[in-house]
Amino acid sequence: MIRMFLSGFACLGFIALSAMFLIWWERKISAIIQNRMGPMLTGFHGTLQPIADTIKLLLKEDIAPAGIDFLSWWLAPFFVTVPVVTAFVVIPFSSSWVPYDLNVGVLYICSITSICVLGIFMAGWGSNNKYSLLGGMRSAAQIISYEVPLLLSVLLVVMESGTLSMQGIVHAQEHGWFVFKPHLAIAFVIYLISSTAEVNRVPFDIPEAESELVAGYHTEYTGMKFAMFFVAEYTNMFIVSATAATLFLGGWQGPFLPGVAWFLMKSYFLVFFMMWMRWTLPRVRMDQMMSFAWKLLTPIALLNLLISGWFMLKV
Amino acid sequence: MLPDYLYIIFFFLLGIAFVGSAFAVSWALRPRAPSQAKQSPYECGEIIKGDSRVQFNVRYYLFALIFVIFDVEILFTMPWAVVFRQMGVGAYLEMVAFILVLALGLFYAWKKGALEWQ
Repeated sequence: MIRMFLSGFACLGFIALSAMFLIWWERKISAIIQNRMGPMLTGFHGTLQPIADTIKLLLKEDIAPAGIDFLSWWLAPFFVTVPVVTAFVVIPFSSSWVPYDLNVGVLYICSITSICVLGIFMAGWGSNNKYSLLGGMRSAAQIISYEVPLLLSVLLVVMESGTLSMQGIVHAQEHGWFVFKPHLAIAFVIYLISSTAEVNRVPFDIPEAESELVAGYHTEYTGMKFAMFFVAEYTNMFIVSATAATLFLGGWQGPFLPGVAWFLMKSYFLVFFMMWMRWTLPRVRMDQMMSFAWKLLTPIALLNLLISGWFMLKV
Repeated sequence: MLPDYLYIIFFFLLGIAFVGSAFAVSWALRPRAPSQAKQSPYECGEIIKGDSRVQFNVRYYLFALIFVIFDVEILFTMPWAVVFRQMGVGAYLEMVAFILVLALGLFYAWKKGALEWQ
């Protein structure tokens, strides 16, 4: 019981700190890539910038636009943020640092994070704004399309390890990370691409393409409600990266350093990879993105599943 | 069995408390100065034209249908994937047949033009 409370509040603290750190980090990375300095004034190299931002957002007026669908507009931040917090139940930070190792961990994390799409569409519909509506619609289409190749690549990991529990999958990688096996390397690439699309990042960020949709589904949100969308987006990035690190990169396993250090290093490296892509690649078009998911990624994932299943049985 | 749900419910409530407390603090601190111009939905600063909830083409409808089929397929495949090594070749071939039927369906939808976002 005490363990439950402690792990819960620890995860909540981690979410807040991690989101703040990632926002600062993203601004710094974008600045370095674009040959700028980035935030410099608040604290050493702008390290206090996220705290200043939080205070600013707390003090902002909350503007409810005319003609909104109040219930869905007001509930949308909950629908986006609460699943993200709930997903932390199964994230294995180290061999003993996991709130609770469910025996269906992988399935749980995939299903609970896909609730976020409901919140995003509610925000789009509730805002009474044309940009929000288009952004929410695109986001729903994109997230459900990329869910299929994502789950198919996760399926391959489950076949290889023979368990759905996150710790079980980490233990199955004691003699070599899954990413070094050829069929799972393909699955890893598919997972990375589709998880980037799942969390609406460039090159798949058409739901919030600022050149055409202003800010997409959260155009009409101000103050703390906007901050909740932001926290959810960055924490979602951490969750998909942590899942990728657990499923393909051996989780908390590694020499010399304690497990939690390895786990955080791997996860934040993948987050860094996503940010790097964001500031390097241009945005794709909506129809290109949908056909990429259905006409390329899904057939490849299906073929990969069938062929590697045969080799797994034979070898 | 029970602790599984206990942890999930606790984290769920914690998430609600997190968002709720953030809202409450900002509700207590923030200024309130509503005005009509401020509250009109944002449309690049122009006066808004018409209602935003017009009848529109739900383009992802067909994608959503195909998605439901594939999602259910993956749910069916999950238990098979867990015990896949013990089940042997017979179960593998049955799963191949199952997946091929679905792949055929995807191919049919593709040829029919359901995968075009126009």
